[in-house]
Amino acid sequence: MNTSVSNSPALRKTRSFGAGEVLLVISIAILVIVVVVPVALIFFNAMWVPGKGFNITDIVDVLSEPETYEALTNSIIIACGTTTMSTIVGTFFAWLVTRTDIPYKSFMKMLFLVPFMLPSFIGALAWKMLLNERIGYINNWLRSLYDVIGIADGPVFNIYSFHGIMMVETMYLFPFVFIQVSGALERMDPTLEESARISGASLFTITRKITIPLVLPSILSGALLIMLYSMAHFGTVAVLGVQVGIINIPYLIYQHIHQSAGSFAAIRTGTVLAAVLVVTAAIIMWTQNKILSRGRYQIIGGKSFRPVEVKLRGLRIPLFVFSIAYIGFTIALPTITIFLVGGLKTYGLPLVLENMTWDNYHRALFVNPQTQRAIWNSVSLGLSAAVITMFAGVIISYVIVKMKVRGKGILEFLGMLPFSVPGSVIALGVILAWGGGHTIPFTGIQINLYNTVWIILVAYIARYMALSLRANSAALEQVHDSLIEAARACGAGMAQSLRDVVLPLVRPGMIAAFFLIFLPALRELTVSVMLYGTNTRTIGVEIYVLNEDGATVESAALAGIALLIIISGQVIIERLTGVRAK
Amino acid sequence: MATITLKDIRKSYGSHTVLDGLSLTINHGECFTLLGPSGCGKTVLLRLIAGFETPDAGTIAIGDQVVTDSTTGTDLPPNDRGLGVVFQDYAVWPHMTVFDNIAYPLKLAKVPPKELKERVMEAVNQVNLTDLEQRLPSQLSGGQQQRVALARALVARPPLMLLDEPLNNLDANLREEMRFEIKELQKRLDITILYVTHDQEIGLAISDRLAIMDHHGNIRQIGTPQDIFETPADDFIFRFMGVSNFLRVSYKDNLIRVGEQNADIGIPPPSPGEWMLGCRPSEIDLAKEGPGIGGIVKRASFLGATMDYLVEVDGVPLRVIQDTHQAFDGGKLLQENQPCRIAFHAVHWFKPGADSPASNGETTP
Repeated sequence: MNTSVSNSPALRKTRSFGAGEVLLVISIAILVIVVVVPVALIFFNAMWVPGKGFNITDIVDVLSEPETYEALTNSIIIACGTTTMSTIVGTFFAWLVTRTDIPYKSFMKMLFLVPFMLPSFIGALAWKMLLNERIGYINNWLRSLYDVIGIADGPVFNIYSFHGIMMVETMYLFPFVFIQVSGALERMDPTLEESARISGASLFTITRKITIPLVLPSILSGALLIMLYSMAHFGTVAVLGVQVGIINIPYLIYQHIHQSAGSFAAIRTGTVLAAVLVVTAAIIMWTQNKILSRGRYQIIGGKSFRPVEVKLRGLRIPLFVFSIAYIGFTIALPTITIFLVGGLKTYGLPLVLENMTWDNYHRALFVNPQTQRAIWNSVSLGLSAAVITMFAGVIISYVIVKMKVRGKGILEFLGMLPFSVPGSVIALGVILAWGGGHTIPFTGIQINLYNTVWIILVAYIARYMALSLRANSAALEQVHDSLIEAARACGAGMAQSLRDVVLPLVRPGMIAAFFLIFLPALRELTVSVMLYGTNTRTIGVEIYVLNEDGATVESAALAGIALLIIISGQVIIERLTGVRAK
Repeated sequence: MATITLKDIRKSYGSHTVLDGLSLTINHGECFTLLGPSGCGKTVLLRLIAGFETPDAGTIAIGDQVVTDSTTGTDLPPNDRGLGVVFQDYAVWPHMTVFDNIAYPLKLAKVPPKELKERVMEAVNQVNLTDLEQRLPSQLSGGQQQRVALARALVARPPLMLLDEPLNNLDANLREEMRFEIKELQKRLDITILYVTHDQEIGLAISDRLAIMDHHGNIRQIGTPQDIFETPADDFIFRFMGVSNFLRVSYKDNLIRVGEQNADIGIPPPSPGEWMLGCRPSEIDLAKEGPGIGGIVKRASFLGATMDYLVEVDGVPLRVIQDTHQAFDGGKLLQENQPCRIAFHAVHWFKPGADSPASNGETTP
């Protein structure tokens, strides 16, 4: 009798079409508008020539230009060099703070995360002041030292070089590896190493045969993140490379967009270059997923253990001093330089008190409308992008993590996209999508956001969606389904249980997402530099342009202000999350 | 009244069918246990009753109200079913105090503040959490969190409580204590409890009736704990209800044979043919000589009050547990590798190899 039970689609539909489907549609729509359309337009424009239809001759043309070839080679050289150095530095320090008896461990761990706060292009700016071949402060000091000891023409370091670029990028990117590896080392079950020890293996053998293979996936995954970042990174190369003819793909795209005053031909060339970046990024992401899916050993559990510590003995204090010196040299020194140069009357004067003035800071904050506007733009853009992306991220993560609706697979796939699209590509994509004076189909409404803050906002949302998705999914995964079901069983409806149970529990994740977006957005350069107009410069763009125009002290002053805002923001987060943890 | 009636329930996930045409009635006021190995679909059944999942086909009624009916598309959401649920992982909300956790169902029901406070405190006392009501769950032990979950499910006085392996994460002593407490509460409050577990000991201890489910989501037997233990419907249940021995036996011309030897077994199979003899370690009597079947002691372990033997009969290992005092007094203490005779206090006859039920004459399915 029950075989005839109808299971007709109509009935199922009346039951299941509800909040779930609405949220799914909203989520897909957000990702399509913000990420998919821009990226799709890049590929479309790269291969579709108006009047000629579909062809790839232009692609071949662009790719065979020596300029492209050189930029791509440079991008790869810099990315590989930076990745190698960062991996070594990051892994070493991670091991030092998790597995040895180095003093003040938790303080040291915090210390190695500080480089994240310092934007690498501001770092590049500082190093330019310190290690410019002719007038860098360190080089000047070296020369005076050579004079004293009587060497005629001692060696100085020239930061305008491949080495310089890689060194600066390494200084500010190595925490990617540091975080991954120290996390893995902390979560690794110490009995794995202890049993090897009992079996008679020496510490060296254990490290080589047990520890390193187990954390290798984390090392590689951090390394690939750095590679992805470095490939698509604009600032450092723009500040340190361009003067001596080292350009990379993002810079080439920037050049095409700006110097051709937004002509379509230039943008098309840009699309081909962007497509190259997307493909490279996709390969890197694919490799990373492969490694991670193979390397997710079960033995690395979620629990924290207390691993055996290596006794550093005589090296304990020297290594501690070395670590402090490293951070002092790479972080404190450049930061202080920025603040000091920002206070100079004219660039090039010696750093002594009589050459100092508050004028540059005063002008940037209270007089110069350009810098005032840039600060206002960055703060308002950062706030709006952070709020919008935070809420969009919660909705999308909720559908991906918690809901059982058909069609979720599409969303999961789309949700991966923001992770793999480099910033400069997003910038170009939003120009194509929102800046071309397109007419929205069926409505006749024309949209042209070019040269407005809105286009930068759209690009920020696309760029930071990945961060928001990551923070919010992590928070939502902590909220077990049974917590929601328990509320339902107690008599709460769907919306009520979201309000009473889910929202309070993911709030820390949302706050984290907000700051993860707001702080980087404040100093954003890669995207904004492609999209700015006369009135829509951001802090990052203003610093960069001032520096290009030779207004070094003004540029440094603004960078100093930006750093102050970022540092105070960071302190606020620590306060907020610190109190929460107690 | 909270009689639960399930009719022809079908549920599959993709191509995997979990429940296929299952029907079951749980009476008002009883403590009913769904007992089965993990993956048998017992939790799915509980979730269907709670409304967390929708069956592909079939109807579910709680009391007089049809809560799920696939023919009409009826599917009452969980919050309108008026039941209490206790989850395996407690599901105590970490951001609310014990008091707030327990008060939540009453707040939703818009109970006036004074009454709410009284009822919450009553529930707190019922589960022995007095003075802990202002704590956060992170400051409680597992057992205490479990009591919060129980109190939260009880406080709204639902006529029906669903418990999904709620004692699994507790240590042995606490588990024993809690199962008596649950039973005690159920009797006092006159509610219906559906208890889901894979632990046969809890199932036997707590239930008025049990249903045994197999890996295919079929119910093999429903009965009182005594029914299930004493007269299992088939060898699957017999095996599932504790340590069990099986011996292949052929019965022809009033002769019972085990392998090559004639066996003297007091209780013959119901009919001639091939049979499986099932017995528990305590149902075997071991002696140096006498009637029964011949075997060899392979292992003898002294466990204090009992002796634990492994005896081999016709190449088949049998576990035997004997009272130590009896063995001493009767001079029946055996050494390893010593030949012996085994006899049976009780046997259960099953058709060999089959999953077919009811071959035991005494069983009333």
